[in-house]
Amino acid sequence: MLLVLGAITLNFLLIHLAPGDPALMLAGEAGGASEETLKAIRADFGLDEPLVQQLLVYVGKLGRGDFGFSYFYNASVLSLIGERVPQTMLLASASLVFAWTVGLTFGVLVARRPTSLGGNVLSVVSLFGYAMPVFWSAIMLLLLFAVKLPWFPTHGMTTVGLSGGLGARALDVAHHLVLPMLSLGFIFIAIYSRLTRAGMVEVLASDYIRTARSKGLGEWRVVVVHALRNALLPVITVAGIQLGQVVAGAILVETVFSWPGMGRLAFDSILRRDYPLLMGILFFSSLAVIVFNFLTDICYGWLDPRIRYR
Amino acid sequence: MSRLGANLAACLGLGLMAGIVLLAVVGPFVHRTDPWSREGNRFEPPGGRFVLGTDHQGRDVLAGLVVGAKSSLLVGVAATAMILLIGLTVGIAAGYRGGWLDETLMRITEFFQILPAFLFAMVVVAIFSPWIWTIVLAIGASNWAGTARIIRAQFLSLRERDYVLAARALGVGDLRIIVREILPNALPPVIVNASLTVGVAILFEAGLSFLGLADPNVMSWGYMIGASRTFLRDAWWPVTFPGLAIFASVLALSLVGDWLNDVLNPRSKE
Repeated sequence: MLLVLGAITLNFLLIHLAPGDPALMLAGEAGGASEETLKAIRADFGLDEPLVQQLLVYVGKLGRGDFGFSYFYNASVLSLIGERVPQTMLLASASLVFAWTVGLTFGVLVARRPTSLGGNVLSVVSLFGYAMPVFWSAIMLLLLFAVKLPWFPTHGMTTVGLSGGLGARALDVAHHLVLPMLSLGFIFIAIYSRLTRAGMVEVLASDYIRTARSKGLGEWRVVVVHALRNALLPVITVAGIQLGQVVAGAILVETVFSWPGMGRLAFDSILRRDYPLLMGILFFSSLAVIVFNFLTDICYGWLDPRIRYR
Repeated sequence: MSRLGANLAACLGLGLMAGIVLLAVVGPFVHRTDPWSREGNRFEPPGGRFVLGTDHQGRDVLAGLVVGAKSSLLVGVAATAMILLIGLTVGIAAGYRGGWLDETLMRITEFFQILPAFLFAMVVVAIFSPWIWTIVLAIGASNWAGTARIIRAQFLSLRERDYVLAARALGVGDLRIIVREILPNALPPVIVNASLTVGVAILFEAGLSFLGLADPNVMSWGYMIGASRTFLRDAWWPVTFPGLAIFASVLALSLVGDWLNDVLNPRSKE
Protein backbone atom coordinates (compact mmCIF):
# COMPACT_ATOMS: atom_id res chain seq x y z
CA MET A 1 0.00 0.00 0.00
CA LEU A 2 2.81 2.32 0.96
CA LEU A 3 4.54 1.39 -2.28
CA VAL A 4 1.46 2.32 -4.31
CA LEU A 5 1.34 5.71 -2.60
CA GLY A 6 5.04 6.06 -3.37
CA ALA A 7 4.40 5.40 -7.05
CA ILE A 8 1.66 8.02 -7.13
CA THR A 9 3.81 10.61 -5.36
CA LEU A 10 6.68 9.95 -7.74
CA ASN A 11 4.46 10.47 -10.78
CA PHE A 12 3.13 13.65 -9.21
CA LEU A 13 6.61 14.98 -8.48
CA LEU A 14 7.76 14.21 -12.02
CA ILE A 15 4.90 16.25 -13.46
CA HIS A 16 5.83 19.20 -11.29
CA LEU A 17 9.60 18.94 -11.62
CA ALA A 18 9.34 19.04 -15.39
CA PRO A 19 10.30 22.34 -16.91
CA GLY A 20 7.35 24.46 -18.01
CA ASP A 21 3.72 24.62 -17.09
CA PRO A 22 2.35 21.38 -15.54
CA ALA A 23 -0.93 21.97 -17.35
CA LEU A 24 0.90 21.94 -20.67
CA MET A 25 2.61 18.77 -19.55
CA LEU A 26 -0.66 17.09 -18.63
CA ALA A 27 -2.10 18.06 -21.99
CA GLY A 28 0.85 16.55 -23.83
CA GLU A 29 2.84 18.77 -26.16
CA ALA A 30 1.74 17.00 -29.30
CA GLY A 31 -1.88 17.61 -28.41
CA GLY A 32 -1.57 21.21 -29.55
CA ALA A 33 -3.65 22.15 -26.54
CA SER A 34 -5.77 25.27 -26.84
CA GLU A 35 -6.03 27.83 -24.05
CA GLU A 36 -9.47 26.44 -23.25
CA THR A 37 -8.20 22.89 -22.74
CA LEU A 38 -5.43 24.20 -20.52
CA LYS A 39 -7.93 26.13 -18.44
CA ALA A 40 -10.05 23.01 -18.07
CA ILE A 41 -7.02 20.99 -16.99
CA ARG A 42 -5.99 23.64 -14.45
CA ALA A 43 -9.43 23.61 -12.91
CA ASP A 44 -9.63 19.82 -13.07
CA PHE A 45 -6.34 19.18 -11.29
CA GLY A 46 -6.67 22.20 -8.99
CA LEU A 47 -3.37 23.56 -10.24
CA ASP A 48 -4.02 26.95 -8.64
CA GLU A 49 -4.32 25.37 -5.19
CA PRO A 50 -1.32 24.70 -2.89
CA LEU A 51 0.88 21.70 -3.74
CA VAL A 52 -0.41 19.41 -0.98
CA GLN A 53 -3.98 20.02 -2.09
CA GLN A 54 -2.94 19.16 -5.64
CA LEU A 55 -1.41 15.89 -4.52
CA LEU A 56 -4.66 14.94 -2.78
CA VAL A 57 -6.65 15.76 -5.91
CA TYR A 58 -4.24 13.64 -7.95
CA VAL A 59 -4.45 10.66 -5.56
CA GLY A 60 -8.23 10.92 -5.63
CA LYS A 61 -8.28 10.90 -9.41
CA LEU A 62 -6.10 7.80 -9.64
CA GLY A 63 -8.17 6.15 -6.93
CA ARG A 64 -11.26 6.57 -9.09
CA GLY A 65 -9.41 4.98 -12.00
CA ASP A 66 -8.94 8.28 -13.81
CA PHE A 67 -5.43 8.08 -15.22
CA GLY A 68 -5.75 11.12 -17.44
CA PHE A 69 -6.54 11.68 -21.07
CA SER A 70 -4.36 11.23 -24.11
CA TYR A 71 -5.04 14.13 -26.44
CA PHE A 72 -3.19 12.44 -29.24
CA TYR A 73 -5.39 9.34 -29.37
CA ASN A 74 -8.40 11.23 -28.07
CA ALA A 75 -9.07 8.46 -25.58
CA SER A 76 -8.61 7.92 -21.89
CA VAL A 77 -5.24 6.58 -20.77
CA LEU A 78 -6.89 3.71 -18.92
CA SER A 79 -8.66 2.39 -22.02
CA LEU A 80 -5.51 2.73 -24.15
CA ILE A 81 -3.45 0.77 -21.65
CA GLY A 82 -6.22 -1.77 -21.18
CA GLU A 83 -6.22 -2.50 -24.91
CA ARG A 84 -2.50 -3.29 -24.83
CA VAL A 85 -2.21 -5.25 -21.60
CA PRO A 86 -3.25 -8.69 -22.97
CA GLN A 87 -0.62 -8.64 -25.73
CA THR A 88 2.17 -7.72 -23.31
CA MET A 89 0.93 -10.31 -20.81
CA LEU A 90 1.06 -12.92 -23.56
CA LEU A 91 4.62 -12.00 -24.52
CA ALA A 92 5.88 -11.68 -20.94
CA SER A 93 4.29 -14.89 -19.68
CA ALA A 94 5.41 -16.90 -22.72
CA SER A 95 8.97 -15.62 -22.25
CA LEU A 96 8.96 -16.32 -18.53
CA VAL A 97 7.54 -19.82 -18.97
CA PHE A 98 10.19 -20.46 -21.61
CA ALA A 99 12.96 -19.12 -19.36
CA TRP A 100 11.66 -21.07 -16.37
CA THR A 101 11.42 -24.34 -18.26
CA VAL A 102 14.87 -24.11 -19.79
CA GLY A 103 16.47 -22.54 -16.71
CA LEU A 104 15.06 -25.04 -14.21
CA THR A 105 15.85 -28.07 -16.37
CA PHE A 106 19.35 -26.84 -16.97
CA GLY A 107 19.91 -25.95 -13.32
CA VAL A 108 18.68 -29.35 -12.09
CA LEU A 109 20.80 -31.23 -14.62
CA VAL A 110 23.95 -29.32 -13.73
CA ALA A 111 23.29 -29.69 -9.98
CA ARG A 112 22.84 -33.47 -10.27
CA ARG A 113 25.94 -34.10 -12.32
CA PRO A 114 28.29 -31.22 -11.58
CA THR A 115 30.71 -31.72 -14.45
CA SER A 116 32.99 -28.90 -15.43
CA LEU A 117 31.46 -28.86 -18.91
CA GLY A 118 27.95 -28.16 -17.61
CA GLY A 119 29.27 -25.51 -15.24
CA ASN A 120 31.26 -23.81 -17.97
CA VAL A 121 28.35 -23.79 -20.41
CA LEU A 122 26.26 -22.22 -17.66
CA SER A 123 28.87 -19.53 -16.97
CA VAL A 124 29.13 -18.63 -20.63
CA VAL A 125 25.35 -18.54 -21.13
CA SER A 126 24.96 -16.31 -18.05
CA LEU A 127 27.58 -13.91 -19.29
CA PHE A 128 25.96 -13.67 -22.72
CA GLY A 129 22.51 -13.17 -21.26
CA TYR A 130 23.87 -10.44 -19.01
CA ALA A 131 26.07 -8.54 -21.41
CA MET A 132 24.06 -8.58 -24.65
CA PRO A 133 21.67 -5.66 -24.99
CA VAL A 134 18.25 -7.27 -25.38
CA PHE A 135 17.22 -5.06 -28.30
CA TRP A 136 20.36 -6.05 -30.16
CA SER A 137 19.99 -9.80 -29.63
CA ALA A 138 16.38 -9.38 -30.76
CA ILE A 139 17.54 -7.67 -33.95
CA MET A 140 20.14 -10.38 -34.52
CA LEU A 141 17.48 -13.09 -34.21
CA LEU A 142 15.31 -11.10 -36.58
CA LEU A 143 18.18 -10.81 -39.04
CA LEU A 144 18.96 -14.53 -38.96
CA PHE A 145 15.56 -16.19 -38.72
CA ALA A 146 13.26 -13.71 -40.41
CA VAL A 147 15.36 -11.85 -42.98
CA LYS A 148 18.14 -14.25 -44.04
CA LEU A 149 16.12 -17.41 -43.41
CA PRO A 150 12.47 -16.47 -43.83
CA TRP A 151 11.16 -18.90 -41.21
CA PHE A 152 9.37 -16.42 -38.99
CA PRO A 153 7.47 -13.18 -39.64
CA THR A 154 9.42 -9.95 -39.13
CA HIS A 155 6.85 -7.93 -37.23
CA GLY A 156 3.41 -7.69 -35.71
CA MET A 157 1.30 -10.27 -33.96
CA THR A 158 -1.03 -11.47 -36.71
CA THR A 159 -0.93 -11.86 -40.46
CA VAL A 160 -3.06 -9.19 -42.09
CA GLY A 161 -6.06 -10.58 -43.92
CA LEU A 162 -5.68 -14.11 -42.59
CA SER A 163 -8.88 -16.11 -42.87
CA GLY A 164 -9.53 -19.29 -41.01
CA GLY A 165 -10.84 -20.68 -37.77
CA LEU A 166 -9.70 -20.07 -34.23
CA GLY A 167 -7.07 -22.80 -34.47
CA ALA A 168 -5.44 -21.27 -37.54
CA ARG A 169 -5.41 -17.85 -35.90
CA ALA A 170 -3.89 -19.13 -32.65
CA LEU A 171 -1.21 -20.88 -34.68
CA ASP A 172 -0.55 -17.63 -36.54
CA VAL A 173 -0.08 -15.71 -33.28
CA ALA A 174 2.19 -18.45 -31.94
CA HIS A 175 4.26 -18.23 -35.10
CA HIS A 176 4.65 -14.47 -34.58
CA LEU A 177 5.43 -15.00 -30.91
CA VAL A 178 8.47 -17.29 -31.31
CA LEU A 179 11.21 -14.73 -31.95
CA PRO A 180 10.06 -12.08 -29.43
CA MET A 181 9.65 -14.81 -26.82
CA LEU A 182 13.15 -16.18 -27.43
CA SER A 183 14.72 -12.72 -27.26
CA LEU A 184 13.00 -11.72 -24.04
CA GLY A 185 13.27 -15.14 -22.39
CA PHE A 186 16.96 -15.54 -23.13
CA ILE A 187 18.07 -12.91 -20.59
CA PHE A 188 16.38 -14.76 -17.75
CA ILE A 189 17.49 -18.32 -18.53
CA ALA A 190 20.89 -17.75 -17.01
CA ILE A 191 19.71 -16.30 -13.72
CA TYR A 192 17.08 -19.00 -13.19
CA SER A 193 19.45 -21.85 -13.92
CA ARG A 194 22.14 -20.43 -11.61
CA LEU A 195 19.69 -20.02 -8.76
CA THR A 196 18.20 -23.47 -9.32
CA ARG A 197 21.63 -25.03 -9.34
CA ALA A 198 22.70 -23.26 -6.16
CA GLY A 199 19.45 -24.21 -4.41
CA MET A 200 19.51 -27.81 -5.61
CA VAL A 201 23.11 -28.42 -4.56
CA GLU A 202 22.25 -27.26 -1.06
CA VAL A 203 18.95 -29.12 -0.78
CA LEU A 204 20.23 -32.40 -2.25
CA ALA A 205 22.79 -32.60 0.56
CA SER A 206 20.17 -32.33 3.31
CA ASP A 207 18.89 -35.08 5.60
CA TYR A 208 15.34 -35.36 4.34
CA ILE A 209 16.58 -36.15 0.85
CA ARG A 210 18.62 -39.01 2.27
CA THR A 211 15.46 -40.20 4.06
CA ALA A 212 13.47 -40.03 0.83
CA ARG A 213 16.15 -41.98 -1.00
CA SER A 214 16.38 -44.61 1.73
CA LYS A 215 12.61 -45.08 1.54
CA GLY A 216 13.32 -46.35 -1.94
CA LEU A 217 11.61 -43.55 -3.82
CA GLY A 218 12.53 -43.23 -7.47
CA GLU A 219 15.32 -40.81 -8.31
CA TRP A 220 13.09 -38.43 -10.29
CA ARG A 221 10.47 -38.37 -7.58
CA VAL A 222 13.13 -37.39 -5.08
CA VAL A 223 14.57 -34.69 -7.30
CA VAL A 224 11.40 -33.16 -8.66
CA VAL A 225 8.90 -33.56 -5.82
CA HIS A 226 11.13 -33.37 -2.76
CA ALA A 227 14.14 -31.30 -3.68
CA LEU A 228 12.97 -28.92 -6.38
CA ARG A 229 10.11 -27.60 -4.30
CA ASN A 230 12.48 -26.24 -1.71
CA ALA A 231 15.10 -25.16 -4.18
CA LEU A 232 12.46 -22.98 -5.85
CA LEU A 233 12.22 -20.40 -3.07
CA PRO A 234 15.16 -18.21 -4.14
CA VAL A 235 14.07 -18.52 -7.78
CA ILE A 236 10.67 -17.09 -6.92
CA THR A 237 12.14 -14.26 -4.87
CA VAL A 238 14.29 -13.17 -7.76
CA ALA A 239 11.45 -13.61 -10.25
CA GLY A 240 9.46 -11.10 -8.22
CA ILE A 241 12.26 -8.58 -7.95
CA GLN A 242 13.14 -8.91 -11.63
CA LEU A 243 9.70 -8.17 -13.01
CA GLY A 244 10.83 -4.60 -13.49
CA GLN A 245 13.46 -5.92 -15.89
CA VAL A 246 10.80 -7.88 -17.75
CA VAL A 247 8.97 -4.59 -18.29
CA ALA A 248 12.15 -2.98 -19.62
CA GLY A 249 12.89 -5.95 -21.86
CA ALA A 250 9.33 -5.99 -23.16
CA ILE A 251 9.52 -2.31 -24.15
CA LEU A 252 12.66 -2.91 -26.21
CA VAL A 253 11.61 -6.25 -27.70
CA GLU A 254 8.15 -4.98 -28.62
CA THR A 255 9.78 -2.02 -30.34
CA VAL A 256 11.99 -4.31 -32.43
CA PHE A 257 9.19 -6.66 -33.48
CA SER A 258 6.38 -4.05 -33.63
CA TRP A 259 4.52 -6.18 -31.12
CA PRO A 260 1.30 -4.28 -30.33
CA GLY A 261 1.73 -4.21 -26.53
CA MET A 262 2.36 -1.68 -23.75
CA GLY A 263 6.04 -1.35 -24.59
CA ARG A 264 5.25 -0.34 -28.13
CA LEU A 265 2.70 2.11 -26.70
CA ALA A 266 5.41 3.57 -24.43
CA PHE A 267 7.73 4.00 -27.40
CA ASP A 268 5.04 5.75 -29.44
CA SER A 269 4.07 7.99 -26.54
CA ILE A 270 7.69 9.12 -26.24
CA LEU A 271 7.89 9.94 -29.94
CA ARG A 272 4.71 11.99 -29.62
CA ARG A 273 5.59 13.51 -26.26
CA ASP A 274 2.29 12.14 -25.01
CA TYR A 275 3.10 12.63 -21.32
CA PRO A 276 -0.19 11.61 -19.71
CA LEU A 277 0.01 8.28 -21.48
CA LEU A 278 3.67 7.82 -20.55
CA MET A 279 2.97 8.59 -16.88
CA GLY A 280 0.03 6.19 -16.96
CA ILE A 281 2.25 3.43 -18.31
CA LEU A 282 4.89 4.09 -15.64
CA PHE A 283 2.28 4.01 -12.89
CA PHE A 284 0.59 0.92 -14.26
CA SER A 285 3.83 -1.02 -14.63
CA SER A 286 4.89 -0.08 -11.10
CA LEU A 287 1.53 -1.29 -9.87
CA ALA A 288 1.93 -4.57 -11.77
CA VAL A 289 5.36 -5.15 -10.23
CA ILE A 290 4.08 -4.38 -6.72
CA VAL A 291 1.15 -6.78 -7.13
CA PHE A 292 3.42 -9.46 -8.55
CA ASN A 293 5.77 -9.12 -5.58
CA PHE A 294 2.82 -9.52 -3.25
CA LEU A 295 1.84 -12.70 -5.10
CA THR A 296 5.34 -14.15 -4.78
CA ASP A 297 5.11 -13.53 -1.04
CA ILE A 298 1.98 -15.64 -0.99
CA CYS A 299 3.71 -18.32 -3.04
CA TYR A 300 6.32 -18.63 -0.28
CA GLY A 301 3.80 -19.73 2.27
CA TRP A 302 2.40 -22.24 -0.14
CA LEU A 303 5.77 -23.72 -1.10
CA ASP A 304 7.21 -23.67 2.39
CA PRO A 305 4.53 -24.06 5.06
CA ARG A 306 7.04 -23.04 7.75
CA ILE A 307 6.64 -19.46 6.55
CA ARG A 308 3.46 -18.03 8.03
CA TYR A 309 2.08 -14.56 7.80
CA ARG A 310 0.33 -12.90 10.65
CA MET B 1 35.31 -22.28 -12.14
CA SER B 2 38.84 -23.58 -12.21
CA ARG B 3 41.82 -21.37 -11.36
CA LEU B 4 43.01 -21.37 -14.96
CA GLY B 5 39.54 -20.55 -16.29
CA ALA B 6 39.26 -17.64 -13.87
CA ASN B 7 42.65 -16.30 -14.95
CA LEU B 8 41.76 -16.60 -18.62
CA ALA B 9 38.48 -14.80 -18.00
CA ALA B 10 40.26 -12.02 -16.09
CA CYS B 11 42.81 -11.60 -18.90
CA LEU B 12 40.04 -11.50 -21.50
CA GLY B 13 38.16 -8.93 -19.46
CA LEU B 14 41.15 -6.68 -18.87
CA GLY B 15 42.23 -7.01 -22.51
CA LEU B 16 38.78 -6.05 -23.83
CA MET B 17 38.59 -3.21 -21.36
CA ALA B 18 41.98 -1.87 -22.47
CA GLY B 19 40.89 -2.16 -26.11
CA ILE B 20 37.73 -0.14 -25.55
CA VAL B 21 39.46 2.55 -23.53
CA LEU B 22 42.08 2.76 -26.27
CA LEU B 23 39.32 3.03 -28.90
CA ALA B 24 37.74 5.88 -26.96
CA VAL B 25 40.90 7.80 -26.11
CA VAL B 26 43.27 7.20 -29.04
CA GLY B 27 40.69 6.29 -31.71
CA PRO B 28 39.61 9.86 -32.51
CA PHE B 29 43.22 10.84 -33.29
CA VAL B 30 43.88 7.86 -35.56
CA HIS B 31 40.55 7.69 -37.36
CA ARG B 32 39.65 11.32 -37.96
CA THR B 33 36.33 10.90 -39.77
CA ASP B 34 33.22 12.83 -38.79
CA PRO B 35 30.64 10.20 -37.79
CA TRP B 36 27.75 12.44 -38.94
CA SER B 37 28.96 13.36 -42.44
CA ARG B 38 28.24 11.53 -45.70
CA GLU B 39 31.53 9.88 -46.58
CA GLY B 40 30.57 7.36 -49.25
CA ASN B 41 27.60 5.73 -50.95
CA ARG B 42 24.78 4.15 -48.97
CA PHE B 43 25.40 0.65 -47.68
CA GLU B 44 28.99 0.17 -48.80
CA PRO B 45 29.85 -3.27 -47.43
CA PRO B 46 32.61 -3.71 -44.84
CA GLY B 47 36.10 -4.54 -46.03
CA GLY B 48 36.02 -2.18 -49.00
CA ARG B 49 36.85 1.50 -48.81
CA PHE B 50 35.40 1.53 -45.30
CA VAL B 51 36.61 -1.10 -42.86
CA LEU B 52 33.19 -1.55 -41.28
CA GLY B 53 31.09 -0.23 -44.18
CA THR B 54 28.66 2.69 -44.37
CA ASP B 55 25.06 3.10 -43.23
CA HIS B 56 21.90 4.30 -45.02
CA GLN B 57 23.20 7.87 -45.14
CA GLY B 58 26.67 6.91 -46.31
CA ARG B 59 28.14 7.56 -42.85
CA ASP B 60 31.25 5.66 -41.82
CA VAL B 61 30.32 2.96 -39.26
CA LEU B 62 33.84 2.78 -37.82
CA ALA B 63 33.81 6.54 -37.13
CA GLY B 64 30.53 6.12 -35.25
CA LEU B 65 32.02 3.26 -33.26
CA VAL B 66 35.05 5.36 -32.27
CA VAL B 67 33.06 8.40 -31.16
CA GLY B 68 30.38 6.19 -29.58
CA ALA B 69 33.00 4.51 -27.39
CA LYS B 70 33.76 7.84 -25.79
CA SER B 71 30.14 8.71 -25.06
CA SER B 72 29.33 5.22 -23.77
CA LEU B 73 32.25 5.22 -21.35
CA LEU B 74 31.57 8.80 -20.31
CA VAL B 75 27.92 8.10 -19.51
CA GLY B 76 28.82 4.80 -17.84
CA VAL B 77 31.42 6.35 -15.55
CA ALA B 78 29.49 9.56 -14.82
CA ALA B 79 26.30 7.67 -13.98
CA THR B 80 28.25 5.31 -11.73
CA ALA B 81 29.81 8.29 -9.94
CA MET B 82 26.34 9.64 -9.34
CA ILE B 83 25.08 6.25 -8.15
CA LEU B 84 28.02 6.03 -5.74
CA LEU B 85 27.31 9.52 -4.45
CA ILE B 86 23.64 8.78 -3.75
CA GLY B 87 24.44 5.25 -2.56
CA LEU B 88 27.12 6.43 -0.13
CA THR B 89 24.96 9.22 1.27
CA VAL B 90 21.90 7.04 1.78
CA GLY B 91 23.85 3.92 2.78
CA ILE B 92 26.05 5.67 5.34
CA ALA B 93 23.20 7.68 6.84
CA ALA B 94 21.04 4.55 7.18
CA GLY B 95 23.74 2.12 8.25
CA TYR B 96 25.66 4.35 10.62
CA ARG B 97 22.77 6.18 12.25
CA GLY B 98 20.23 3.36 12.26
CA GLY B 99 16.88 3.86 13.98
CA TRP B 100 14.04 5.73 12.31
CA LEU B 101 16.35 7.24 9.72
CA ASP B 102 17.40 3.76 8.62
CA GLU B 103 13.77 2.64 8.56
CA THR B 104 12.66 5.58 6.40
CA LEU B 105 15.60 5.47 4.01
CA MET B 106 15.26 1.72 3.52
CA ARG B 107 11.56 2.10 2.67
CA ILE B 108 12.48 4.60 -0.03
CA THR B 109 15.30 2.37 -1.27
CA GLU B 110 12.97 -0.62 -1.43
CA PHE B 111 10.57 1.42 -3.51
CA PHE B 112 13.27 2.36 -6.00
CA GLN B 113 14.37 -1.26 -6.18
CA ILE B 114 10.91 -2.42 -7.20
CA LEU B 115 10.23 0.46 -9.58
CA PRO B 116 10.72 -0.60 -13.24
CA ALA B 117 14.08 1.17 -13.53
CA PHE B 118 14.34 1.40 -17.30
CA LEU B 119 10.83 2.76 -17.74
CA PHE B 120 11.53 5.31 -15.01
CA ALA B 121 14.72 6.40 -16.76
CA MET B 122 12.79 6.67 -20.04
CA VAL B 123 10.20 8.94 -18.45
CA VAL B 124 12.83 11.16 -16.84
CA VAL B 125 14.72 11.61 -20.12
CA ALA B 126 11.49 12.19 -22.06
CA ILE B 127 10.24 14.84 -19.64
CA PHE B 128 13.49 16.75 -19.40
CA SER B 129 15.13 17.22 -22.76
CA PRO B 130 17.36 14.42 -24.08
CA TRP B 131 20.74 15.87 -23.19
CA ILE B 132 23.76 13.78 -22.22
CA TRP B 133 23.64 14.94 -18.57
CA THR B 134 19.90 14.29 -18.29
CA ILE B 135 20.63 10.75 -19.42
CA VAL B 136 23.29 10.45 -16.71
CA LEU B 137 20.82 11.84 -14.17
CA ALA B 138 18.10 9.42 -15.26
CA ILE B 139 20.37 6.38 -15.09
CA GLY B 140 21.69 7.48 -11.70
CA ALA B 141 18.25 8.18 -10.27
CA SER B 142 16.92 4.78 -11.34
CA ASN B 143 19.83 2.54 -10.32
CA TRP B 144 21.20 3.68 -6.96
CA ALA B 145 19.13 1.41 -4.71
CA GLY B 146 21.27 -1.74 -4.91
CA THR B 147 24.47 0.19 -4.18
CA ALA B 148 22.87 1.97 -1.21
CA ARG B 149 21.82 -1.40 0.24
CA ILE B 150 25.32 -2.85 -0.06
CA ILE B 151 26.88 0.17 1.64
CA ARG B 152 24.27 0.15 4.39
CA ALA B 153 24.88 -3.54 5.09
CA GLN B 154 28.63 -2.88 5.32
CA PHE B 155 28.22 0.03 7.72
CA LEU B 156 25.69 -1.86 9.80
CA SER B 157 28.13 -4.71 10.41
CA LEU B 158 31.29 -2.60 10.74
CA ARG B 159 30.05 0.08 13.12
CA GLU B 160 30.04 -2.34 16.06
CA ARG B 161 33.59 -3.60 15.45
CA ASP B 162 36.10 -3.23 18.24
CA TYR B 163 38.33 -0.77 16.43
CA VAL B 164 35.36 1.51 15.80
CA LEU B 165 34.29 1.30 19.43
CA ALA B 166 37.87 2.02 20.46
CA ALA B 167 38.00 5.09 18.24
CA ARG B 168 34.71 6.29 19.66
CA ALA B 169 35.95 5.76 23.22
CA LEU B 170 38.94 7.94 22.35
CA GLY B 171 36.52 10.71 21.49
CA VAL B 172 37.01 10.64 17.71
CA GLY B 173 34.23 12.49 15.88
CA ASP B 174 31.57 10.76 13.76
CA LEU B 175 32.78 12.14 10.46
CA ARG B 176 36.32 10.99 11.14
CA ILE B 177 35.14 7.53 12.18
CA ILE B 178 33.06 7.21 9.01
CA VAL B 179 35.74 8.41 6.63
CA ARG B 180 38.92 7.11 8.26
CA GLU B 181 37.85 3.98 10.13
CA ILE B 182 34.83 2.39 8.47
CA LEU B 183 34.91 3.50 4.84
CA PRO B 184 38.24 1.92 3.86
CA ASN B 185 37.03 -1.43 5.20
CA ALA B 186 33.60 -1.10 3.62
CA LEU B 187 34.93 -0.42 0.13
CA PRO B 188 35.83 -3.82 -1.44
CA PRO B 189 32.28 -4.99 -2.26
CA VAL B 190 31.43 -1.43 -3.29
CA ILE B 191 34.26 -1.39 -5.83
CA VAL B 192 33.20 -4.75 -7.30
CA ASN B 193 29.63 -3.48 -7.49
CA ALA B 194 30.78 -0.26 -9.16
CA SER B 195 32.42 -2.12 -12.03
CA LEU B 196 29.16 -4.00 -12.67
CA THR B 197 27.23 -0.73 -12.36
CA VAL B 198 29.25 0.86 -15.17
CA GLY B 199 28.13 -2.06 -17.36
CA VAL B 200 24.49 -1.60 -16.39
CA ALA B 201 24.75 2.13 -17.08
CA ILE B 202 26.20 1.44 -20.54
CA LEU B 203 23.30 -0.94 -21.27
CA PHE B 204 20.80 1.69 -20.08
CA GLU B 205 22.38 4.39 -22.22
CA ALA B 206 22.35 2.06 -25.23
CA GLY B 207 18.69 1.17 -24.66
CA LEU B 208 17.65 4.80 -24.22
CA SER B 209 19.46 6.03 -27.29
CA PHE B 210 18.15 3.04 -29.25
CA LEU B 211 14.63 4.26 -28.47
CA GLY B 212 15.56 7.70 -29.79
CA LEU B 213 16.09 9.24 -26.36
CA ALA B 214 19.68 10.21 -27.07
CA ASP B 215 21.36 13.58 -27.05
CA PRO B 216 20.97 14.58 -30.72
CA ASN B 217 24.50 16.04 -30.73
CA VAL B 218 26.27 12.97 -29.38
CA MET B 219 26.93 9.90 -31.53
CA SER B 220 26.28 6.73 -29.59
CA TRP B 221 26.17 2.98 -30.23
CA GLY B 222 22.53 2.66 -29.29
CA TYR B 223 21.56 5.47 -31.65
CA MET B 224 23.41 3.75 -34.53
CA ILE B 225 21.47 0.53 -33.96
CA GLY B 226 18.16 2.36 -33.65
CA ALA B 227 18.73 4.44 -36.78
CA SER B 228 19.83 1.51 -38.95
CA ARG B 229 17.48 -1.22 -37.82
CA THR B 230 14.78 -0.36 -40.37
CA PHE B 231 17.33 -1.03 -43.14
CA LEU B 232 18.14 -4.51 -41.92
CA ARG B 233 17.23 -6.02 -45.29
CA ASP B 234 19.77 -3.83 -47.07
CA ALA B 235 22.67 -3.96 -44.66
CA TRP B 236 23.46 -5.99 -41.57
CA TRP B 237 26.69 -4.23 -40.65
CA PRO B 238 25.51 -0.85 -39.31
CA VAL B 239 23.43 -2.76 -36.74
CA THR B 240 25.78 -5.61 -35.94
CA PHE B 241 29.03 -3.80 -35.15
CA PRO B 242 27.75 -1.26 -32.58
CA GLY B 243 25.92 -4.12 -30.85
CA LEU B 244 29.13 -6.12 -30.67
CA ALA B 245 30.83 -3.07 -29.16
CA ILE B 246 28.18 -2.79 -26.42
CA PHE B 247 28.36 -6.51 -25.80
CA ALA B 248 32.17 -6.43 -25.55
CA SER B 249 32.16 -3.48 -23.12
CA VAL B 250 29.59 -4.95 -20.76
CA LEU B 251 31.23 -8.37 -20.95
CA ALA B 252 34.61 -6.82 -20.13
CA LEU B 253 33.23 -4.94 -17.13
CA SER B 254 31.53 -8.06 -15.83
CA LEU B 255 34.71 -10.14 -16.15
CA VAL B 256 36.75 -7.38 -14.49
CA GLY B 257 34.15 -7.30 -11.71
CA ASP B 258 34.59 -11.06 -11.12
CA TRP B 259 38.33 -10.62 -11.08
CA LEU B 260 38.17 -7.71 -8.62
CA ASN B 261 35.96 -9.84 -6.44
CA ASP B 262 38.59 -12.61 -6.43
CA VAL B 263 41.34 -10.15 -5.60
CA LEU B 264 39.53 -8.04 -3.01
CA ASN B 265 37.43 -10.71 -1.26
CA PRO B 266 39.55 -13.85 -1.49
CA ARG B 267 37.31 -15.62 1.01
CA SER B 268 34.07 -15.21 -0.91
CA LYS B 269 32.96 -18.21 -2.94
CA GLU B 270 30.08 -18.42 -5.34
